[in-house]
Amino acid sequence: MEYILMIIGAVLVNNIILVQFLGICPFLGVSSKVNTALGMGAAVTFVMALATLVTSLLQKYVLVPLGITYLQTILFILVIASLVQMVEIMLKKVSPSLYRALGVFLPLITTNCAVLGVAINVTQQTIIAGHGFSVIDNTLYAVSIAIGFTLAIVIFAGLREQLELVDIPKGMKGVPIALITAGILAMAFMGFANLV
Amino acid sequence: MSNKLNILTRGFFKENPALILVLGCCPTLAVTTSVNNALGMGAATTFVLLLSNILISALKNVIPNKVRIPCYIVIIATFVSMIDLIIQGFLPALSASLGVFIPLIVVNCIVLGRAEAFASKNNVFDSMLDGLGMGIGFTIALVLIGAVREVLGAGSFMGFQFIPSEYNMLIFVLAPGAFIVFGFVMALVRHLVNISEERKKLKKAENNRH
Repeated sequence: MEYILMIIGAVLVNNIILVQFLGICPFLGVSSKVNTALGMGAAVTFVMALATLVTSLLQKYVLVPLGITYLQTILFILVIASLVQMVEIMLKKVSPSLYRALGVFLPLITTNCAVLGVAINVTQQTIIAGHGFSVIDNTLYAVSIAIGFTLAIVIFAGLREQLELVDIPKGMKGVPIALITAGILAMAFMGFANLV
Repeated sequence: MSNKLNILTRGFFKENPALILVLGCCPTLAVTTSVNNALGMGAATTFVLLLSNILISALKNVIPNKVRIPCYIVIIATFVSMIDLIIQGFLPALSASLGVFIPLIVVNCIVLGRAEAFASKNNVFDSMLDGLGMGIGFTIALVLIGAVREVLGAGSFMGFQFIPSEYNMLIFVLAPGAFIVFGFVMALVRHLVNISEERKKLKKAENNRH
């Protein structure tokens, strides 16, 4: 039961884009078509789960025992960057079709603050009250956060496909109107605020 | 001289990183609930931008081209860890309100973007000016958005309350307000920049005619 609550909380209540403001760059950058948005969502889910698993293990068995948690930022970003590179190389060999589908999105994920943000966040807060620091919980949490990311980016892509046809003032075109639309979408997500 | 001045000032409005180039949106949305937070985040980012630009342009002949991105990230992450520890030590209240967004300066696209687009090709002094200008431009954007959100949402400016709390529109300090205010401020600045560019063009055309 507590896991179901955690998933609902991560996907809807604390949606990473619309409530926590992480991963806005891909949200604005690649969300002009529903298909590309789905591809980005899949790539982020994959990398985020893997990155959180590895960084949580590092935090538990290397950084905390050695007392060098101040190196967290440097270590985590290096892990994520090399992980993305590794996933790219492996995917190219193992599953060329998936590699082609994800294509340009994979390298972009290194600079996606959502991945580093979640990796740092799970080391600072307990995911489920009473469980303490659990690598499995952290990874599950990362997967549900990534599902929330995909949900938001796909809904938004659907809206933006319509936005392109709207006649608006020149200064508003492009990103500004997209941001205002995102604001209204965020307002809709506020309705989930007290769900969990 | 005017060339150097141009490097410094173009980041303020004409090539403002947040409002025109749309880089570093996450902190822009997340930490602009008040002017004080916006100033703190702007100063921290400027610090990182300035030092990473200086170091990267100084090392540009040493860093092999193929592994330049990881090298840049390590340099940036080092400065970010420094400012993170400084803020935690001297300004614990600011550290608590900015939270995870201080370590996230590492993945702020402005810093890596300037390293790649400017510092890796120019000399140390120009890179310093560029880092400073872009940092100030980012701070201007943050403070503009922070001021609108704080006045409308909390009825105060830099912590000074001047509208009674019954009349505050709470939505502006919450998530939707961030997106909407950012959108409108961006549209306004883009409109003003467009107008000034058009005026310059008109003036040029007139001068050519005489």
